[in-house]
Amino acid sequence: MGFAYFPDTEEDIRAMLSRIGVASLDALYSDVPCDVLFKGEFDIPDAMSEMEVRRRFSELASRNTALTVFCGAGAYDHYSPAVIQSVISRSEFLTSYTPYQAEVSQGTLRYIFEFQSMMAGLTDMDCSNASMYDGPTSAAEAAMMSVACSRRKNKVLLSEALFPHVLQVVETYCRYHGTETCVIPMKDGVTDIAAIEAALASGNVAGIMVPGINRFGIIEDLTGLAGAVHDSGALLIMYSDPSSLAVIRTPGEWGADIVCGDAQTLGIPLNFGGPYLGFLCCRKEFVRKMPGRIVGETVDAGGKRCYVLTLQAREQHIRREKATSNICSNQSLMALYVTVYLSLMGPQGLKRVNGLSYGGAHYLHSELLRTGLFEDPFGKPFLKEFALRSAIPAGRLQKALLDRGIFGALSCGEDLVSFCVTENRTKEEADRLVDAVLSCSSKS
Amino acid sequence: MKYYDKLIFELSKDGRTGYSLPENRWPDKEDGLPDVLKRTSSADLPQVSEPDVVRHYVNLSDMNFGVDTGFYPLGSCTMKYNPKINEEMSSYHGFAGLHPLQPADTVQGALQIYGELSGWLCALTGMSAFTLNPFAGAHGELTGLMIMRSYHISRGDSGRTRIIVPDSAHGTNPASAAVCGLEVVQVKSTAEGLIDIEDLKPLLDDTVAGIMMTNPNTLGLFEKEIHEIEECVHAAGGLLYYDGANMNALLGKVRPGDMGFDIMHLNLHKTFSTPHGGGGPGAGPVGVAGRLEHLLPEPVVTLSPETGKYVISGQPQGAGRISGFMGNFGVLIKAYAYILSLGKQNVRNVGPYSVLAANYVKESLKDSYKLPIPSLCKHEFVFDGLAKANTGDNGTEVTTLDVAKRLLDYGFHAPTIYFPLLFHQSIMIEPTETESKETLDAFIDAMEKIAGEAVSSPSILKEAPHNTPVSRPDETLAATHPVLTFRQRKSSDNRS
Repeated sequence: MGFAYFPDTEEDIRAMLSRIGVASLDALYSDVPCDVLFKGEFDIPDAMSEMEVRRRFSELASRNTALTVFCGAGAYDHYSPAVIQSVISRSEFLTSYTPYQAEVSQGTLRYIFEFQSMMAGLTDMDCSNASMYDGPTSAAEAAMMSVACSRRKNKVLLSEALFPHVLQVVETYCRYHGTETCVIPMKDGVTDIAAIEAALASGNVAGIMVPGINRFGIIEDLTGLAGAVHDSGALLIMYSDPSSLAVIRTPGEWGADIVCGDAQTLGIPLNFGGPYLGFLCCRKEFVRKMPGRIVGETVDAGGKRCYVLTLQAREQHIRREKATSNICSNQSLMALYVTVYLSLMGPQGLKRVNGLSYGGAHYLHSELLRTGLFEDPFGKPFLKEFALRSAIPAGRLQKALLDRGIFGALSCGEDLVSFCVTENRTKEEADRLVDAVLSCSSKS
Repeated sequence: MKYYDKLIFELSKDGRTGYSLPENRWPDKEDGLPDVLKRTSSADLPQVSEPDVVRHYVNLSDMNFGVDTGFYPLGSCTMKYNPKINEEMSSYHGFAGLHPLQPADTVQGALQIYGELSGWLCALTGMSAFTLNPFAGAHGELTGLMIMRSYHISRGDSGRTRIIVPDSAHGTNPASAAVCGLEVVQVKSTAEGLIDIEDLKPLLDDTVAGIMMTNPNTLGLFEKEIHEIEECVHAAGGLLYYDGANMNALLGKVRPGDMGFDIMHLNLHKTFSTPHGGGGPGAGPVGVAGRLEHLLPEPVVTLSPETGKYVISGQPQGAGRISGFMGNFGVLIKAYAYILSLGKQNVRNVGPYSVLAANYVKESLKDSYKLPIPSLCKHEFVFDGLAKANTGDNGTEVTTLDVAKRLLDYGFHAPTIYFPLLFHQSIMIEPTETESKETLDAFIDAMEKIAGEAVSSPSILKEAPHNTPVSRPDETLAATHPVLTFRQRKSSDNRS
């Protein structure tokens, strides 16, 4: 029976076996011990035609509930312009490998160079790598990078104001890697800078990681932090939302040395958690300790401008057991998403995205406070995400919203729930959320 | 392919707009933020219209070679055809619009994909359970080694800090081990290219956590002594890790679980047809034997027998958390669709057809290229350069690099070169099961012509490629004078 992905005909198979000098396909496995050859039937479905596959997926999709998303917590419902899907569907991008052969990979290499330029520009750093898996793993790599940059220091301080899933991934990596981590408790919903300064005094600190926007959506005021960190000889690592950097003070302006985070906010759909896009940027003095691929500009034999993977002496395939990171590939196609997104948005578009998100979030924030069922526990500046103390238990509140097709009020601490508003949300949707809250409270 | 010499920044003009966003009618504006929290510098983003953006990236794509462009025999990368239906299913809004923290009740369809795909991977590999959270092969390796270390530590056996890695292994193996805090001990290969069991045995003691094996190995050879290796490592208290980079050779024919492996990863972007995307996103699911199931990283997805519903939960005893959410779900969808299309009927032919193609190319070219190990190969094989050493016009030998570059002129992607490190002139060729005999014949023909050119006109090879958008790049310049961003480029222009 023919199968669309296999071109071999019986005649082809016979001809090829004959060239090889074996009698059958089974004979190609004569080097495998008999008892490990699988002779049973695989417990997977029968082969499906394309139409049947399509039907199966529409059935599966019908078992999901489409919700209006008023929740962030590390994954944001920003708008993805139509151009992106069109560009990333180009087979030449989609079906290529890592650009090892530069002469036939200038497309990939050039957009990665553009990506690096844009990420360095947004974060106000000198350099960026070609991308990482996701935000939390980029944070883990940044933590290990700070250890690699230091001389024999082995501890990384982590602000408790980072998202919990980021902390967990960094702690997991560091535990196996042999890097000591120490979580510095928050104070009033933000990073406790005085406590970090005190912890620095204990010595052995290679890096300090703090969020730009924290787990409660608060924009952190890091005044004075970089000076204290640098005086102690450690590196300042910031975990940032790159979308926000069109309007909020940049890691470069705060004095950060390494910046990591998730660029999902730059045009990548929610995708149920992945693929997203970790990024890693740094000051130029640390570039040779940066993990991952890096693309650089050069010229070809005829003097034409071209691009190559460069500074590869840092990488796992050269260093093997001496490597400080095992990352091999990047998430190249997701970097293309972001590059196309930022090309379309430009500085003004990205400001507009932030303005719309800020406006919507502040509207919802004040409408929720007006219900009298919430209070703002910290009263600090935020952009698109915020946490409120709720009089209604988080579980009941979330359920009431789900009944109206809304996903929001994510529990983020005792009595605390968080909301997020992006440019994708309308006033009607925000009003519907507030209505749902009110009807939930009147039932109690 | 044609050369196009623009960066998006060079199309920028102040005042151009490529976005289409609603007017901001909200009462509060972001300029209400305190000054200390505001950005003051420029973000250095281009200002380009939508049609200019589209044309720019289409022009860039025209300088790229993909599997859809032509034959891509990159060894150990399994550049098979990437079915189009998979892409369409992956971008369904019914999945792409789901938030990862939505309550399980609202994402039962997505969790069913996760759960069923895990089960099918178990069936195809003989493992007991899979996590689909790892993002890539190297990430899978790291996750698998974390599980291995957790296993020993959970049994109070904390002195097992060394890991055995063959000298033919992919570079990620020792690197993953180092990141996981393990000391790497290298085991040698025999002249036949297999693990040297006599070299292995003395290494096995109570400090060994386990062994990482790729089977077939990077020479494309099946490790025939797998039973003896398995017995020795297990007897010494170690675990066996299976690097699934070369699983395509065995798919439908041999299961790592049946060979006694305890932990393994798969590369869905190799064996299960998801596109490589120029270097990602991939997916590197990790499978384990039953006694390690409780050590899988969190979150885990399970089907509740009571309710018949899928649930997401933590894993208190587990190896930890290695990803923000539940892996590259969009990639998992593509592998799920691929398995549905293959079904139990066609999956049996994936390995055999890929092995058939590799042996056919190997046998066809073994007179023109040096074949250091002449035995039956699996899905890939390695030549050690040209059969006859030839000297180019400038007095230097015609190398594997020259052969690879010349292949680009003939319209083929180059094989993997200078890997494995066991030979000086390695050319590693993996054709995959989705290439027709005609394509393989055309490749064989080109390789033979190149071998001929190496004798008759070596300078054609030394100066290749000739027909690509750019010729050989100056990699030394790139590394010694790094220009890594457009901003650096502008400032270096100013200097000159």
